Amino acid sequence: MTDNELIWRIAGGSGDGIDSTSQNFAKALMRSGLHVFTHRHYPSRIRGGHTYVEVRAKDEPVQSRGDGYNFLLALGDSFARNPQEEAYYGKEELKPLYENFDELREGGVLLYDEGLLDEEDVDEVGLEEAAEENGWEVVPMDLRGIAKEHGREIMRNTAGIGATAAILDIETDEFETLIEQNMSGDMQEANLAVLEDAYEAANELDVDHDIEVPENTHDEEQVILSGSNAISYGALDEGCRFISGYPMTPWTDVFTIMSQHLPNFGGISEQVEDEIAAAALALGASHAGVKAMSGSSGGGFALMSEPLGLAEMTETPVVLVEAMRAGPSTGMPTKPEQADLEHVLYTSQGDSARVVFAPANIRECYTQTRSAFRIAYEYQIPTIVIYDQKIQGELRNLPASHFDEEPNADPGSVLTEEEIEEAAHHSSGKFKRFLHEPEDGSNVSPRSIPGQKNGRFLATGNEHNEEGHISEDPANRIAQMNRRLEKLDDIRADLDENADHQTYHGPEEADYGILVWGSQQDTAFEAVDRLNETGHSVKALGVSDMMPYPVEEVSEFLESVDQALVVEMNATGQFRGLTQKEIGKYGDKMSSLLKYNGNPFEPAEIVDGFESSINGEDLAATNMKYLPAAGD
Amino acid sequence: MSAFSAIGDESEIDRDEFTPGIEPQATWCPGCGDFGVLKALKQAMPMVGKNPDEVALFTGIGCSGKLNSYFNSYGFHTIHGRSLPVARAAKLANPELEVIAAGGDGDGYGIGGNHLIHTARENHDMTYIVFNNEIFGLTKGQTSPTSPKGHKSKTQPHGSAKSPIRPLSQSLNAGATYIARTAAVNPNQAKEIIAEAIEHDGFAHIDFLTQCPTWNKDAKHYVPYTDIQQSDEHDHDVNDRQEAAEMMFQTENKLYEGEVLTGRYYVDDQSPSYGEEKRATGEMPDEPLAERYFDEDAEWERTYDELLHHHK
Repeated sequence: MTDNELIWRIAGGSGDGIDSTSQNFAKALMRSGLHVFTHRHYPSRIRGGHTYVEVRAKDEPVQSRGDGYNFLLALGDSFARNPQEEAYYGKEELKPLYENFDELREGGVLLYDEGLLDEEDVDEVGLEEAAEENGWEVVPMDLRGIAKEHGREIMRNTAGIGATAAILDIETDEFETLIEQNMSGDMQEANLAVLEDAYEAANELDVDHDIEVPENTHDEEQVILSGSNAISYGALDEGCRFISGYPMTPWTDVFTIMSQHLPNFGGISEQVEDEIAAAALALGASHAGVKAMSGSSGGGFALMSEPLGLAEMTETPVVLVEAMRAGPSTGMPTKPEQADLEHVLYTSQGDSARVVFAPANIRECYTQTRSAFRIAYEYQIPTIVIYDQKIQGELRNLPASHFDEEPNADPGSVLTEEEIEEAAHHSSGKFKRFLHEPEDGSNVSPRSIPGQKNGRFLATGNEHNEEGHISEDPANRIAQMNRRLEKLDDIRADLDENADHQTYHGPEEADYGILVWGSQQDTAFEAVDRLNETGHSVKALGVSDMMPYPVEEVSEFLESVDQALVVEMNATGQFRGLTQKEIGKYGDKMSSLLKYNGNPFEPAEIVDGFESSINGEDLAATNMKYLPAAGD
Repeated sequence: MSAFSAIGDESEIDRDEFTPGIEPQATWCPGCGDFGVLKALKQAMPMVGKNPDEVALFTGIGCSGKLNSYFNSYGFHTIHGRSLPVARAAKLANPELEVIAAGGDGDGYGIGGNHLIHTARENHDMTYIVFNNEIFGLTKGQTSPTSPKGHKSKTQPHGSAKSPIRPLSQSLNAGATYIARTAAVNPNQAKEIIAEAIEHDGFAHIDFLTQCPTWNKDAKHYVPYTDIQQSDEHDHDVNDRQEAAEMMFQTENKLYEGEVLTGRYYVDDQSPSYGEEKRATGEMPDEPLAERYFDEDAEWERTYDELLHHHK
């Protein structure tokens, strides 16, 4: 287990300010020179319930959530209290304390707010026994009292930060600066006072523990942001100026970020009546010459199925985002899963011609959203960025220079009026927008935009001839169908040449392979490092292109190993199925490690799963499933 | 030269320019009311000074959806019931385009009913023509949302137990600012109403009565017609919302009782269109967004300069 790290978990009720407090904590640690990563867990409730955020800090880049954690700040669920009196609903308000017992590491520190949680109640949920068994250092503090002294109870978050800093011997400068930057007037003063009081109170307690908070200095300026931020910034930098959507968790994140910024960038955001309309609007805007996006999560994306097919048939460029959460149907609205892959690949009628990217992390959320726009507009094809609630909700630091890229507003294969004059027209005057064989052999028949002189054509979801008129002529059908589908081959070649989306990890030669996609890649890579450290011979390939599939790269990888474990967050092994379908062999080499309980993998789970699989043992952990090789 | 030089070019507009080299007889049956819509639409174009390249026509699915095969402008034949959301965004992307949407009663009042409510509510500056023949034509004669109660079809062999939808009242309640009804058998009125609707700055909904000689032979052929603007009997103030509501209620009953009132029911010239509202709140740029992609001098902000400092 890695020692030189802090994994700080703050737990409370939804609405207790857990999220914002953890963001500030992570940002302060980043500013102090550390690398940080957050993992967020929350219930599908507005207020109350058990929510937590982990902040993992190291002196080297953090790839993943850790295995468990070593410091718990348990605030208790303030919304479980009866507002009338100091009465309680059962032990609800204790949930954020006792539901976190499982993963607190041996020798960890547990700081709880005794201002909210009574000592007798705490005894009843077995804190004392658990602490003794695991060697935890338990620190009760009246954080609520300290906050109340300065006016408002909600500031017990700040008190918790001050106490954490004292116990871990972290300087409070960065926390103070953040309070000064984010607040003003009385609030600022009160919070600074709470921070100081809690720090001093905790300092006097002299807590004994082994947690060593590492130190580091960054070589270059860092930023801390979420996957949704990165997707939004990728879209904006690629000239996206139109978004349409309908709120749905976790897609709402991208939608709100874009809606906040688009008007300032001269763009337009539309919240509309449903997801069918949302995707249809994006198509309309794109048809009229604007780079546009829409998106949703599983259930909402289901409604987008028909506009998606329309985009394919009319070759209207558009970027759709699919933020996965656990299904089927409404599923678990705030829990991540990777089970919408087949939905996104195959939804809508007919033979599909779409491009699907699955970024691995926040870094790739930016670069692959840019790829998604470039490919959509150059090749006139809908592209989908599929990610999940894990990347949506986590924060991670990156060098700011990662985003230091020039904007690309190029609308792609669009003609100017001068070019339209030179282009082929039908005798009726209609422009041949859907040429069977475009002159440059690219399969992309350049388009005109409504309002351009002599560029008239008909876009239709029916099969159509070169001008766009509806046609059921067999020869035309074959020519149009082939041209649309062959674009996928061109896109595969383009991506291989210009955008390397697949990530190799571990030694070049190894006996075993781990194949992983989307948000679980970095966690798997951390597991691969540990496996190699303990004498295994493992390498990994993280795949971020789902369609067109990188058949050649994955084939080579699978060819080079004896066995491969495919790691994914769903119950049926969808990515493994895709791999087998696309490559048509290696079915006997691939087995699956699956997790679908609502939480992403921890590195140690992949280590355990891998070891069980190669030893032919049953999985000890009940929160995962092993699916053996199925044969070709 | 502007990227969209066709827009605003009114020189020598002839209705024949809107005729492509494809004949509608290919899909529409002899005697179909859809011919009347096509003709009225073509006639309205010179009246409003629009040339084919600046008009974008969005249709749904059904016989009405074929309209833009026979109307020579930019066209987008979308999917069943979805012409309005596609059209709305095109108008937002380039407010200088003349945006017209068309669909049938099944398409526009059935599967697309929700979009109609919201497009009317937002008062987008566009024209929506609904071909209302009280039947699903292209799928061969099923009961539609405007079929009268008791209507028998293969899918409702015992006669429909549903009352027909009241599309005009619904649009008024939702917030449409121009509402009219006309009919294929009334060509002079039809072209004038289409021209007016196009010139109206807001959402204009035209319920266009079209006969279906193939599947709806039993339906009354909408006679006698009374033009409420021409009739002395009706002293109708089109700007009065309450009067319009009453008039629509009556006509939506009478449609199935033998007398059909046509003409303009409601015109609100005062309310700003959605685009104007959005520009006023700063949610939309003053210049057509689509133009920017062709403007070599346009400056494209990047997130590194604008947004990243929040994350440091």
